[in-house]
Amino acid sequence: MTTSTNPTKEQVLTWLEEVKDPEIPVLSLVDLGVITDVEVREDAVTVSMTPTFVGCPAIDHMKSEVIRVLLEKGIQQPLVNINLKQSWSSDRITERGRQALKSFGYAPPPSTAFIQHDLDILEHAACPRCNGTRTEMRSPFGPTLCRSLHYCYDCREAFEQFKPL
Amino acid sequence: MNEQALKDLLFRMADDLLILGHRNSEWTGLGPLLEEDIAFSSMAQDKIGQSLALYKLLHDLGEAAPDPLAFTRPATAFKNCQLVELPNEEYDFSLVRHFLFDTADALRWEALAQSAYEPLAQLARKVRGELRYHTLHANTWMKQLGSATPESKQRLQQSLDRLAPFALGMFETTPAEKAIVENKIFQGEQILFEQWCVQVNQVLTTAGLTPPDWAACKPIHGGRQGIHSVHLSPLLTEMTAVFSIDPNAEW
Repeated sequence: MTTSTNPTKEQVLTWLEEVKDPEIPVLSLVDLGVITDVEVREDAVTVSMTPTFVGCPAIDHMKSEVIRVLLEKGIQQPLVNINLKQSWSSDRITERGRQALKSFGYAPPPSTAFIQHDLDILEHAACPRCNGTRTEMRSPFGPTLCRSLHYCYDCREAFEQFKPL
Repeated sequence: MNEQALKDLLFRMADDLLILGHRNSEWTGLGPLLEEDIAFSSMAQDKIGQSLALYKLLHDLGEAAPDPLAFTRPATAFKNCQLVELPNEEYDFSLVRHFLFDTADALRWEALAQSAYEPLAQLARKVRGELRYHTLHANTWMKQLGSATPESKQRLQQSLDRLAPFALGMFETTPAEKAIVENKIFQGEQILFEQWCVQVNQVLTTAGLTPPDWAACKPIHGGRQGIHSVHLSPLLTEMTAVFSIDPNAEW
């Protein structure tokens, strides 16, 4: 199948909403903020992506998922260019992405404007279950590089926060 | 841009991160607490990922691909400081090494965000944020254990005094140093050392520990020239065991 007209950048971004974070299947790569640019030229589409953490092992999987979706949509030459020109920050997560994280049980990251001088903000993440703020950070390192471990004294449950970076 | 000088710096940094990443990974499954097991494993993943990014920059400058660089060079070709290759002992040893190394590494990446070599500056602007979690982790535990029990305090102080000469080896310069500074690739090891001293001493004092007399401490050099302790070769043998079975395997 070939497309009769070139897709717009917005159309490509809509298609890419199908591609989810492999660890958080409710969060699209677009809402995660790792898609930094889309360039459409005749039948070639180039998507620029950037990793959340330099050592993130999921980036190759994400790249192949983006290519798979573009091929399905009839793009003849889908290209993915991974670079750090526009590096990822948790501030790039969209409002919809933050809601998706919360609904999945992860506290969304606070704005990085708050952590420039002081990481104490990490200590009082709002619990994604009960919204309680009597919480403490148990460890800045969680099951994946982008999540930290916390405990809520209000509902007495452990939870994870998507780290501000 | 002096390419040889640039490569010299990149190899030192990449090798430090790969080797310390490997040592950190040896805590996987053995950490004293589940959280610490996860923390050292995560820091291993970060460091090995960062070393991969640096080996890629070297590859872009005409060196071999990252896998052969990491897995086929002999110990004498590695430019890591000896601090990172020492075998893990008890947890206090690894914690103090992590604290001493990551304080310097965070300052190094911060300075590199201004590097005249733009690909390195881009990487640094990314990595410096990641390093905040490493120094946060190190500082938190140094402060907690520095004031926990007489035994925890004594253990940290002993590891600190033993590792001090190795830590100074991080700042060993090479013949490329002058070109690195002149080309504005990096501010240089001397400035880094001075910044590091201030930071390390401040945390140690807050933690109730006695900072070593850095000026009187004799550095253990050699790593940056490929001269290593007896511990690097066995580490490389183990780290490359799977790769060596079939170097051309597709993963």
